[in-house]
Amino acid sequence: MDIVITICSGFFLLVGSFLCISGGIGLLRFPDFYTRMHAVGVTDTLGAGMILVGLMILSTDFLVFAKLVMVLLFTLLIGPTTSHVLAKAAFHNGVIPKDSNNLRQTEEKENTSSIL
Amino acid sequence: MIDIVLLTLLVVVAIAIIRMKDLFAVVMLTGIYGLLSASFFVAMDAVDVAFTEAAVGAGISTLLMLVVITMTGRKEKPTRHKPFSALFVVIITGGLLIYGTLDMPYFGSADAPIHNHTSPRYINDSMEEIGIPNIVTSVLASYRAFDTFGEVVVIFTAGIGVLTLLCVARSKEYEAEVESINDSMHQQHLVIRIVAKMLIPFIFLFALYVQFHGDFGPGGGFQAGVIFASAIILYAMLFGLSTAHKIINQTLIQLIAALGVLLYGSVGIVSLMNGGNFLDYNVLSSNPITGQHLGILLIEWGVGCTVASVIVVIFFNLAARRAFQQHKKQAQDKESSAC
Repeated sequence: MDIVITICSGFFLLVGSFLCISGGIGLLRFPDFYTRMHAVGVTDTLGAGMILVGLMILSTDFLVFAKLVMVLLFTLLIGPTTSHVLAKAAFHNGVIPKDSNNLRQTEEKENTSSIL
Repeated sequence: MIDIVLLTLLVVVAIAIIRMKDLFAVVMLTGIYGLLSASFFVAMDAVDVAFTEAAVGAGISTLLMLVVITMTGRKEKPTRHKPFSALFVVIITGGLLIYGTLDMPYFGSADAPIHNHTSPRYINDSMEEIGIPNIVTSVLASYRAFDTFGEVVVIFTAGIGVLTLLCVARSKEYEAEVESINDSMHQQHLVIRIVAKMLIPFIFLFALYVQFHGDFGPGGGFQAGVIFASAIILYAMLFGLSTAHKIINQTLIQLIAALGVLLYGSVGIVSLMNGGNFLDYNVLSSNPITGQHLGILLIEWGVGCTVASVIVVIFFNLAARRAFQQHKKQAQDKESSAC
């Protein structure tokens, strides 16, 4: 039983760490703001969640388990929200995604027709 | 190993803060600096200090500086004067300070005075004398209560200073205008508003947990106050200043800030009147341990009230000043276009 728990939690921790690292690489390597934010926003939520699940499997104390569950819920709620707000703020301030001719045209149209 | 990594990162961030010209990035870096030092404190097993640093250094102070930046502008002004004389003074002072530390016992050495009589006394006797498991809280709130009183008064003074410098007399007409702006903004921040509405009660609950759990784990009035204030600030940021003003009366908040200090001080006075020293809680109740518990509970309440309300007052005044500035600018623009 012990070995099953160790392997399970190890698996979750490894996957979580891998996701976090890949998010970090994405943050450094991706071309523009939105893809970078996407890389970090998606992988970090899942990666942190995975690490928390791995720790939950390891925890013997109920109080620790409950606290980890609360942190997990908090992360699941906060991560996507911050990504959304960041993207929205960037878009409002006129950061245009790279390689999006379509969007640029609509943006220009909007600018010429009326002030948002 | 992790100490070296964290300290290196701290140095790198500090140098980046000095070199950067973009103030927004500098503020973000100070937040990172606070978070790094919090992690460093955790690595040193000083969780109470780490908690305070994470809440104050990385959280609230970053936020307040961001509010200030929205008023002052993002760019640092280019310096014209030669920095060499300042550098000279700094090097001399730093050298003297380092020379002063040479007399101090080596870091972590076992025969340092603090390890010979102060720490053993706290570690061995605090459970018997104070009766709470978290030694940090018993040192902070009971043995060194007078120092903590000084800290609370400092925070209160900061609040008063901000009030005197930034207080804006609000007119009715201007408030109506702000309200209409708020109404038009209602559609914009829908997602984050809903998430914040879900979270704010839990943030308050967590603040209360930190407040009352200070006897048993890391926590206490300072951290709880900051968390409590951050929930209110989050609300004010998302729902507009005037909506927040409607819910939270600023006069009441100022009163609470004063009452917190008063509560702290009067615990000391009551212990004086009961025949003990100032802030000696043993005499508050017939049983010394109960007296200590009561005293610590009361002064932590005082600290929490003062910290929370001072931070809320500072934020409200900064934000009101900002809104006032923008309002004035708009009015001027209107006048100039009419001419």
